[in-house]
Amino acid sequence: MNKTIQVQLEKEPNRKLYLSTIGLILTALLVWSILGVNITGFSQRGLDIASNIVLGILTPDLEFLLDFTSGGGVPYLLFETIAIAFLGTIFGSFLAIPISFLMSPSVVSKPVAFITRLVVIFIRTIPSLVYGLMFIRVTGPGPYAGVLTMSLTSIGMISRLYVDVIENLDRGILEAMTSMGCTTYEKIRYGIMPQLFSNFLSVTIYRYDMNLRDATILGLVGAGGIGAPLIFAMRAYRWNEVGSILIGLVILILAVEIFSNKLRGKLVNG
Amino acid sequence: MNETFYDKIFKPKTYTLSNGKEVTKRASRTPLILLIVLIVTVISWEVTNVDLSVIRTRGNQFIVILLDMFPPNFNFLDNIWGPLFDTIQMSLLGSIAGAVLAIPFALLSSSNIIRNRVLNGFFKLALSILRTLPTLVSALIATFIFGLGTMAGTVAIFLFTLSYIGKLMYEHIESVDMGAFEAHESMGLSKVEAFRYAIIPDILPTYLSVSLYAFEGNIRYAAILGYVGAGGVGLLLDERLGWRDYQSVGMVLLILMLVVFVIERISEYFRMKLT
Repeated sequence: MNKTIQVQLEKEPNRKLYLSTIGLILTALLVWSILGVNITGFSQRGLDIASNIVLGILTPDLEFLLDFTSGGGVPYLLFETIAIAFLGTIFGSFLAIPISFLMSPSVVSKPVAFITRLVVIFIRTIPSLVYGLMFIRVTGPGPYAGVLTMSLTSIGMISRLYVDVIENLDRGILEAMTSMGCTTYEKIRYGIMPQLFSNFLSVTIYRYDMNLRDATILGLVGAGGIGAPLIFAMRAYRWNEVGSILIGLVILILAVEIFSNKLRGKLVNG
Repeated sequence: MNETFYDKIFKPKTYTLSNGKEVTKRASRTPLILLIVLIVTVISWEVTNVDLSVIRTRGNQFIVILLDMFPPNFNFLDNIWGPLFDTIQMSLLGSIAGAVLAIPFALLSSSNIIRNRVLNGFFKLALSILRTLPTLVSALIATFIFGLGTMAGTVAIFLFTLSYIGKLMYEHIESVDMGAFEAHESMGLSKVEAFRYAIIPDILPTYLSVSLYAFEGNIRYAAILGYVGAGGVGLLLDERLGWRDYQSVGMVLLILMLVVFVIERISEYFRMKLT
């Protein structure tokens, strides 16, 4: 190595003690978790199932995968999942608007903002499956329970991102409008709304992407969507059906992700 | 200004300024967006059988369950510790293993490190497909392969972490300024040395902070994996909800909330230090 470089590189502050302490802690945690987790290799049965799943994906049940007419095929199930996620996101984003205003320190007083924040943290920590099970008692099993669950679980993240938008509003525009003698209504309509609208929309689309993933798992508790057929097909060892569902799921989520990235790119760039 | 199809139907407004110059203002797209959203909402409404009157008549059921959780059953605490540690251990092991394996995956996906289009494309696609599978679904599949228990949950978290960190890292590596690398090389360092001194200091803080963030999220996911039999507190939640023992459910949720809160604070502290 060149001498001059060597000298330059040695000027880097020496943090060996700090780094090795962190390394030690990490190693200790790793060992602790390896001891805790029951590490099992592949059993013969597991290997059989794994190869069956791969086989199922390679030879999917095409009739089930491409059944566009009846209400039981993969396309309809995916469609139902999309609908649950969509409606959940819409409800959630509307509910998040008042909450986000109550949460932003520049709109309300500090204590109110703090209390709302606590409530939102509380709502966010309960796993969506628990909400799903609770809403099933209200509406009975089916997609409706899924919609209500999605609405409640989206509030947390959407309102937090909305708050960022509200806090980052360009106040210069409002001052300019005040100096021009605009009324409060005009200030809100032309100064605030256009700024909020596209950013809120971008946040909502982002959350829709996530909700779609969550909607697929709600079916596991019976709250509609493609999760329930998946778990039934697996419990009954119908691997071709499992393969069809997994293929449909992967294609749908990839497509929505690409589409939503494009849309958000357009929104941000005007 | 290039006209789109929309502009041909709704003509842009033309204003004449005081100095005689003409400016055009495109018709707003907002009505179109609202119309599309409205149509999709109506369709979704029909498909999912949403009926708001149900909330009015039976919505109290939800609050009843919520109120039943109070006061939480503190005697249940002794049963929580075991599964809780399982959950933390699952997400720790899964996150660390996933984060470590994400490095080769990210390097192989980055077009500026490995100059092989086919290899890059293959690994990028693999990461994308892995990322589409929801953790609970991969946990479900893992329980069939590895049997019920914490191993299945660890595998599910490992796969998600690998795909998540892998994607963020290759995006970051591809945006790294290669100038420093070339400068080191031209001063006579080998490729490996140049990589060590030019690229690693650039990507290391991001890598650590992304890994911490992934771990934070994994604790939340790990908490529900028990629902499909993949170990952890999810198992308890499922069981107690089934028995309608809501006070114990309340206790589990309370502990979960505390743990998630503490871990988030710790991880946030270190992430702030990193950036």
